[in-house]
Amino acid sequence: MYNFELVKPSTLQDAVAALKSEDAQALGGGQTLLPTMKARLAMTEQLVALSGIDEIKGICTDDDGRICIGGATTHTAVAEGATGYPALASLAARIGDPAVRNRGTIGGSLANNDPSACYPAGALASNATIVTNAREIDADDFFRGMFETALDEGEIITEVKFPVPEKAAYEKFIQPASRFPLVAVFVAKFSDGVRVAVTGAASDGVFHWSEAEEALSSDFSEDAVKSLTAPDAVGMISDLHGDGTYRAHLVKVMTARAVKAAV
Amino acid sequence: MPKDTGIGASPKRREDVRFLTGKGRYTDDINVAGQTHVVFLRSDVAHGTIKSIDIAAAEAMDGVVRIFTSKDFEGVGGIPCGWQITSRDGNVMQEPKHPVLAEGKVRHVGDPIAAVVAETESQARDAMEAIVVEIDELPAVIDMKKAVAEGATKVHDELDSNLCYDWGFVEENRDAVEQAMKDAAHVTTLELVNNRLIANPMEPRVAVGDYTSHDGQSTLYTTSQNPHVIRLLMGAFVLNIPEHKLRVVAPDVGGGFGTKIFHYAEEAFCTFAAKALERPVKWTSTRSEAFMSDAHGRDHVTKIELALDADHNFTAVRTETYANMGAYLSTFAPSVPTWLHGTLMAGNYKTPLVYVNVKAVFTTTVPVDAYRGAGRPEATFQLERVIDKAARELGVDPVELRRRNFIREFPYQTPVAVEYDTGDYDATMDKLLTMIDRDGFEARRKDSESRGKLRGLGINCYIEACGIAPSKLVGQLGARAGLYESATVRVNATGGLVVMTGSHSHGQGHETSFPQVVADMIGIPEDQIEIVHGDTANTPMGMGTYGSRSLAVGGSAIFRATEKIIAKAKKIAAHIMEAAEGDIELKDGKFTVAGTDKELAWGDVTLAAYVPHNYPLEDIEPGLEETAFYDPNNFTYPSGAYACEVEVDPETGKVDVLSFAAADDFGNVINPMIVEGQVHGGIAQGIGQALLENCAYDEDGQLLSASYMDYAMPRAHDFPMFQVDHSCATPCTHNPLGVKGCGEAGAIGSPPSVVNAVLDALASAGHDVGHINMPLTPAKVWAAMNNAGGTGSGTAHGRSVDGPAAKI
Repeated sequence: MYNFELVKPSTLQDAVAALKSEDAQALGGGQTLLPTMKARLAMTEQLVALSGIDEIKGICTDDDGRICIGGATTHTAVAEGATGYPALASLAARIGDPAVRNRGTIGGSLANNDPSACYPAGALASNATIVTNAREIDADDFFRGMFETALDEGEIITEVKFPVPEKAAYEKFIQPASRFPLVAVFVAKFSDGVRVAVTGAASDGVFHWSEAEEALSSDFSEDAVKSLTAPDAVGMISDLHGDGTYRAHLVKVMTARAVKAAV
Repeated sequence: MPKDTGIGASPKRREDVRFLTGKGRYTDDINVAGQTHVVFLRSDVAHGTIKSIDIAAAEAMDGVVRIFTSKDFEGVGGIPCGWQITSRDGNVMQEPKHPVLAEGKVRHVGDPIAAVVAETESQARDAMEAIVVEIDELPAVIDMKKAVAEGATKVHDELDSNLCYDWGFVEENRDAVEQAMKDAAHVTTLELVNNRLIANPMEPRVAVGDYTSHDGQSTLYTTSQNPHVIRLLMGAFVLNIPEHKLRVVAPDVGGGFGTKIFHYAEEAFCTFAAKALERPVKWTSTRSEAFMSDAHGRDHVTKIELALDADHNFTAVRTETYANMGAYLSTFAPSVPTWLHGTLMAGNYKTPLVYVNVKAVFTTTVPVDAYRGAGRPEATFQLERVIDKAARELGVDPVELRRRNFIREFPYQTPVAVEYDTGDYDATMDKLLTMIDRDGFEARRKDSESRGKLRGLGINCYIEACGIAPSKLVGQLGARAGLYESATVRVNATGGLVVMTGSHSHGQGHETSFPQVVADMIGIPEDQIEIVHGDTANTPMGMGTYGSRSLAVGGSAIFRATEKIIAKAKKIAAHIMEAAEGDIELKDGKFTVAGTDKELAWGDVTLAAYVPHNYPLEDIEPGLEETAFYDPNNFTYPSGAYACEVEVDPETGKVDVLSFAAADDFGNVINPMIVEGQVHGGIAQGIGQALLENCAYDEDGQLLSASYMDYAMPRAHDFPMFQVDHSCATPCTHNPLGVKGCGEAGAIGSPPSVVNAVLDALASAGHDVGHINMPLTPAKVWAAMNNAGGTGSGTAHGRSVDGPAAKI
């Protein structure tokens, strides 16, 4: 690990200010950034820890019935506190291991947008709104490819607002080494349609499986998924743990299982 | 009745108190005053010529003490290999130099190019990044069969080719085996890969070199399974330090699994640099370095053929294996695919003819050497897989096919040099079948099917050669060392004992089980006995711990030394009690005179040995301390039968292990709890190999599985509770304890039953896929099911062909 300065502001305003300096980097729970720094794969002059900012922590329900989660809220806190959205709480409860869940945050996970992370699927399928210190961004506009998001330099995720679907479930097939999703699918049924978000499968990261969304919007059943052809293997990740064809196949299997679990 | 003490009891492991309370003293806990830190600049390419190494900028950086390159090691020996194999043509193996730091070329990702010694590790790392190395890349050599083809890029320019040796065993049987294959009623053929593994002990390797100029003493603290072996190899062959000027200490070691047997360049470097700088030098491997510098295991590509007559008797076995040596020959590497592999190809069966051909190949990968089981898992896997495949082709019960061919008369001279002293393969198989409720399997399978899952049962036998090894025999086989073990038993004046052993404990529980042996012999409590190991300064010359040898060989040395102690103590007791020596009995820590009520406590006699006021000084010396060296006259042959039951998810290919049972014959057992723990650990590693672990290189020689993000270590929740049994004991006939060894059995016996079970599950749905190479990842199992399809058989006219899945 290279040497760096650590600042730990207690207000959002101070954090935003601190991140204006060149070579400053926001630190959420550090579950990706710290191992990267330890391996000397990342170098930063200044780390701005967000964990001291109480105003971006916690879970509440807004007037529209949305579950609103502060950006610096840990996975454990969501697993235990998002009782109004059990499928989301279940997703949080299954991320990594206890150490990861006790440190890692929802804002950190979304801002990192690892193509195999869990939260992007939950946010995209739920049509969540990502709130930052500067604006609100629809999930559909937020994820821009592997490790890429709509966030600007120094922009901090302060809150994520999840509309609560009628039915939802997250089905994860883990990669046996990293225990990240090899393929995971979040299915959310709203009154105006079904959203299906897939993580782990594609090189560009989380995506909508629109054929399944269309089929399920008219018939929310396992059979509706089974009658579909698996998505195109082109663009799927191919590695030691499975090629694109296998991942595409798993997208279909996990979608059907998520529907079954949600029904 | 379970015993409370001595042989056969299960006292809790005394070493666990310190391990579980953070009081273990590992090599990285050792810091010597004035210590410097070294980091190694390692090659990030698989193969290339070093054009230049520019250290000027790095040398000027803060805290840098000195930067070493191969130029500093001119006149220093290479890392030696401990075994020499002779090829079929009578030539000895090709043996390239293994320099401490790369000379002229780099030959694998991770090959050390330069070493930066600095005041702190961080400073060393900063300076390392400032070194500029120019390398002309050469093609990587990865595929073994391509590596030995005409015109292949050579890993070592000075060698004739990448072929280390081409070994035939038993060469005289070659033609007879060929004839038996032609005459057979049925031949089953199987091509398979024994997947390359990375041992991943919890504690990475560490070395601390120290040197004191006033007496010219070098000391190396290191994470080793055998400190005396390191002292011998490094002192005599690399650094030219006589043994009395070199001390090697291996304190608590956090797991070895074979990969800490070998002498490594980093050990030689720290010892060398400490003297050159007259300052201690410490190296602690990072986990990333461990992946690319700890010797890997397995990596065999094999074709095996099993010939049977019309009554299903095995008539011949023939195997051809390409064994990966990696870039250089590690300490034991040449012996693993040969003498630890070919000699086991008879298995538990009375096959009269066996021919084994092994081609050892240099590639631009990390050196490959012994890993838990070492050669014996590779032998067991191919044999037990081909037998299962034969049973499926012939439509016979795989258990009955094995039984038909069991060896039942002992001693049994195999056609592959070794002679089994004892065994009862029917007994362990019978025991296994009672453990697994085989009759209930069909009902369980139906239950799985009702949940949309495929259920399979895999059974296999294994035999291994342990208690390594008779020195005379291994000397004939190419070993450059003896493989005896030693013990010094020191009895103190007040009766307590210190046992100094050449064995080394790094998870085996020697500190608990060795005292059980001595306590049993004398009849005193185990807490009267302390075990000392791991330091060449205070233990007799010993060969260390590997090959399930510590109890069978090291324990036998302790037994012999304790016998000498008891014999001398009886002489002293006879003198004091004025009785004939032959009338003295020792029981429960008391000396008595037969036919009288005279008695002396153990402590009275030990005191007399050190306060010899009333003592037979004219006949014997005072004191009570004895040393024994024990050289076995045969290997030991643990054996057993294993069973695995799995459920396969046909939609995803995921395999769940539902149950695993092991019936082992370890001969006599000293501490059943420790034995069970060893078997549990071995099975976990075997299932890990079968389902999860895969060390993979790409064609450019980059290590793809270079971290835990891609190298899948098994975890507790991957396993059911294991059922283990060791009640079928046929004691070893040639060591005084009648023990065989249990450290490797689980890792040797378990992979075939897992694979057999998965293939059985697939076959139940009509997928006769022949074979799937380990690890049986969900992706591979799913692909095998979907490529094989239908009910098409993998056999044709008694000659089998692999399904497409075999190529995965």
